[in-house]
Amino acid sequence: MMAMAVASGGGRQRRVLPGFGLTMGLTLTYVGIVVLLPVIALALKGAEIGPVRFWDIVTAPRTLAALRLTVTAAALATVFNAFYGLLMAWILVRYRFPGRRLLDAMMDIPFALPTAVAGLALTALFSENGWYGQVLAPAGISVVYTIWGVAVAMSFTSIPFVVRTVQPILEDLDTSQEEAARTLGATPFQVFSKVIFPAILPSFLVGATIAFARSLGEFGAVIFIAGNLPMKTEIASLLAVIRLEEYDYNGAAAIALTLVAIAMALLVLSNWLQSRLTRRRVPA
Amino acid sequence: MSLAISHLARRFGATEVLRGIELEVPQGELIALLGPSGSGKTTLLRIIAGLDWPDAGRLSFDGTDWLAKSAAERRIGFVFQHYALFPHMTMRDNIAFGLTVLPRAERPGKTQIAAVVDGLLQFLQIGGLADRYPAELSGGQRQRVALGRAMATQPRVLLLDEPFGALDAQVRRDLRRWLRGVHDSAGTTTIFVTHDQEEAFELADRVVVMNGGIIEQIGHPDQIYDHPATPFVARFLGLTVELPVTMHTGRACAAGLDLTGLPRRAIADGAATLFLRPADIRPVPEATAPFHVTEIASTGALLRIVAQDAAGCRIESEVPRRDGRDLAVGQAVSLRAAAGQIFPTGAPIGAVPAETPYTLKEARP
Ligand SMILES: Nc1ncnc2c1ncn2[C@@H]1O[C@H](COP(=O)(O)OP(=O)(O)OP(=O)(O)O)[C@@H](O)[C@H]1O
Ligand SMILES: [Mg+2]
Repeated sequence: MMAMAVASGGGRQRRVLPGFGLTMGLTLTYVGIVVLLPVIALALKGAEIGPVRFWDIVTAPRTLAALRLTVTAAALATVFNAFYGLLMAWILVRYRFPGRRLLDAMMDIPFALPTAVAGLALTALFSENGWYGQVLAPAGISVVYTIWGVAVAMSFTSIPFVVRTVQPILEDLDTSQEEAARTLGATPFQVFSKVIFPAILPSFLVGATIAFARSLGEFGAVIFIAGNLPMKTEIASLLAVIRLEEYDYNGAAAIALTLVAIAMALLVLSNWLQSRLTRRRVPA
Repeated sequence: MSLAISHLARRFGATEVLRGIELEVPQGELIALLGPSGSGKTTLLRIIAGLDWPDAGRLSFDGTDWLAKSAAERRIGFVFQHYALFPHMTMRDNIAFGLTVLPRAERPGKTQIAAVVDGLLQFLQIGGLADRYPAELSGGQRQRVALGRAMATQPRVLLLDEPFGALDAQVRRDLRRWLRGVHDSAGTTTIFVTHDQEEAFELADRVVVMNGGIIEQIGHPDQIYDHPATPFVARFLGLTVELPVTMHTGRACAAGLDLTGLPRRAIADGAATLFLRPADIRPVPEATAPFHVTEIASTGALLRIVAQDAAGCRIESEVPRRDGRDLAVGQAVSLRAAAGQIFPTGAPIGAVPAETPYTLKEARP
């Protein structure tokens, strides 16, 4: 305390809210037990395996195929969600139409629905005699048991992340900036690309990244529609479960750890991008 | 080249916000829209800018119908009350915005844009801040950038909504003079909104006083100050003392008041109301007068003196400290009016949007 007081040039800073110590302590304890410990345990487990063995597991053809499928499908789902989620948020914020509140509420269904239910429903819809499948099959497009099915399931469960991160920013956007752009001669497209989009870009990036991370780990919805053929439509988290069932703890841990590493790297990247974008924007 | 507005009306739901605005602004003039909060100033400005549309009426510039044009096509500059700078752009990019969004065929080259922006930055006296972001500037600096951004495209009409509202008094005064300079050297037609009278009178060629969606009076600042055309304008401009008087052959009379200093008026004999500024009333000791001094308070340079008659009519006056030395509480005084405005009692209030002719010998530069 003394050292702090001296270092900060004398005088304790006054706190606006009391109870900082207690609340911070509780928060850290929670984060430690629920988030950090499992990840550390996993990392330790991975360290036990040893780098050579770890490399062998991860580069085994079946693992590689599963990882490639997972990442590719998650990327497809994220690209789709980024566009569609932005559009949804835009419509919900900028237009007034009957049923808007209902649509707004429906955005949360993927959060609320058990993922297995979502997986079953999607499989039924896209199977060859399902409502969508009937239309798509004659056109030569098959969704069920392909990478497209995986991507559809992933995008279904992760779209609210984009909508719900962009929506509040769009709502708070100062419309006078858009009006200023219009009086300066900007076309509607220029208003969007030069004024609105840069304003929502940071939160849009975060939403898309979280959607991607969530897609990487999506399990319940995907396994019903994917078919789970090894080397073809088997996602990484399913492979980890299979390894676990075979009592191959090392194999399971190595796969899980790889997924975590990819997700973490992305989150770090997006946070870095976001802080770069917003560094000098914070109001004085 | 002038801006012409006629019969302009705008309502939001059941509220009529503008009720028949008539206004003509010649090129190069600097006009102030003055009025209390909610009188429709911003609404009128936004319609001129093309950010809002009227329900009825016409708006044309230089003979062309502006209601058929979008905001982008009108080539105006608009300065928002809270600046509305683009937070993700540097000052330089903010100012250059209007040039960078021009269609490719009309857009100047990169170096040309940079030259224009540099020129403006120098002119705005914020050359050193070119690479800062809006969040890193003071209010006055942001205001300059907002103005620079609006000026970069050389607009024919410059519109400002309470441009100095959020700044402290000293900065306001500086920026006010500076805006006058900008207006004069750029030769634009300028309309600015304010509810600060001092600002309107100091800056504008003509002042438009608005109230409840109509124009109460248009005129040269001095003219409006000395001859408010309606009771509303009189009250708004600080003629807060209202007295019942009787008109007789153009002269106003009331017991205990010396109104011989007021010029004769073409007002029919009968009841009328006299509006006075407290500073234009001078209490004069007079043993037989019906008024008695009941209060003397000092505000420093001025004495605030309240006089009352037997009927309980209270009249407030302000006199320089030196002139009030011979006054004491309880003393009998008569009240001498140096200037004031008279309206027939019962005249429809605010019915005449009056253009006051300006006939001072020496017009302003
Ligand atoms: N978009 C709108 N919807 C409904 N009412 C509005 C809208 N814009 C303005 N009004 C109403 O119109 C009236 C005039 O508003 P306006 O902003 O033009 O006033 P103003 O003279 O600029 O006032 P101030 O000095 O406070 O800025 C107000 O009563 C306001 O409530
Ligand atoms: Mg206003």
